[in-house]
Amino acid sequence: MTKHEILAKLPYGKSFLFVDELLHVDENGAKGTFTYIENLFFYEGHFKNHPVTPAVILAETMAQIGLVCLGIYLVKDIDQDVSVAMTSNAIDFLKPVYPDEKVTVTSEKIYFRFNKLSCKVKMVNMAGELVCKGNISGMLISKENG
Amino acid sequence: MNKEQIIDALKTIVQPYSEETSALAHIDENTDFINDLKINSANLVDIILDIEEKFNIEIDNDSMAKMLNVKATTDIIAAKLEARAGQ
Repeated sequence: MTKHEILAKLPYGKSFLFVDELLHVDENGAKGTFTYIENLFFYEGHFKNHPVTPAVILAETMAQIGLVCLGIYLVKDIDQDVSVAMTSNAIDFLKPVYPDEKVTVTSEKIYFRFNKLSCKVKMVNMAGELVCKGNISGMLISKENG
Repeated sequence: MNKEQIIDALKTIVQPYSEETSALAHIDENTDFINDLKINSANLVDIILDIEEKFNIEIDNDSMAKMLNVKATTDIIAAKLEARAGQ
């Protein structure tokens, strides 16, 4: 499965897609990037006159690149559409991320058993500084075609 | 390890995954993980992984599918332990 095919299978609409490019994916992990352009919808309110990327969006970005892209790759031999429900996360947020920053997310599979995927995920900014890190898990849910 | 010992060990494993204090206090063979202990599918996977580690056994997909209550789970653990002892 190519990186392009994985991106095409992501279930998110434009307003909630936090993956720009997938740099690498294999059985053990995924790596990708996203740039938080300044007109993203949440900057208007988080915060008033002081835009900072919400931690919940950073967590979502980590999950989309690190967990969902990897999950789609891991079940590539199954001829079904797959969605992933995040079931738990424990993340430390170390540095703020401002508008127009580009981040790189890297995930390492901890286990994939009984359709549960658990990963160690980290995010770095363009200076290579660690922005957030933690563990994220989700259940892969297959949907019958048609 | 007899069945009572297995159930005791199971109680310890299951405890962190359920908020149902009353059901947890009265765990027996008839306790259902989903209906009585309100454990979701993601935490059920973690329970199975904890069982594998605690008893040093491997749980396959077919066994996992049956492990929805204490009785079935205890039977599967006992059978796996017996199979290992016979090797």
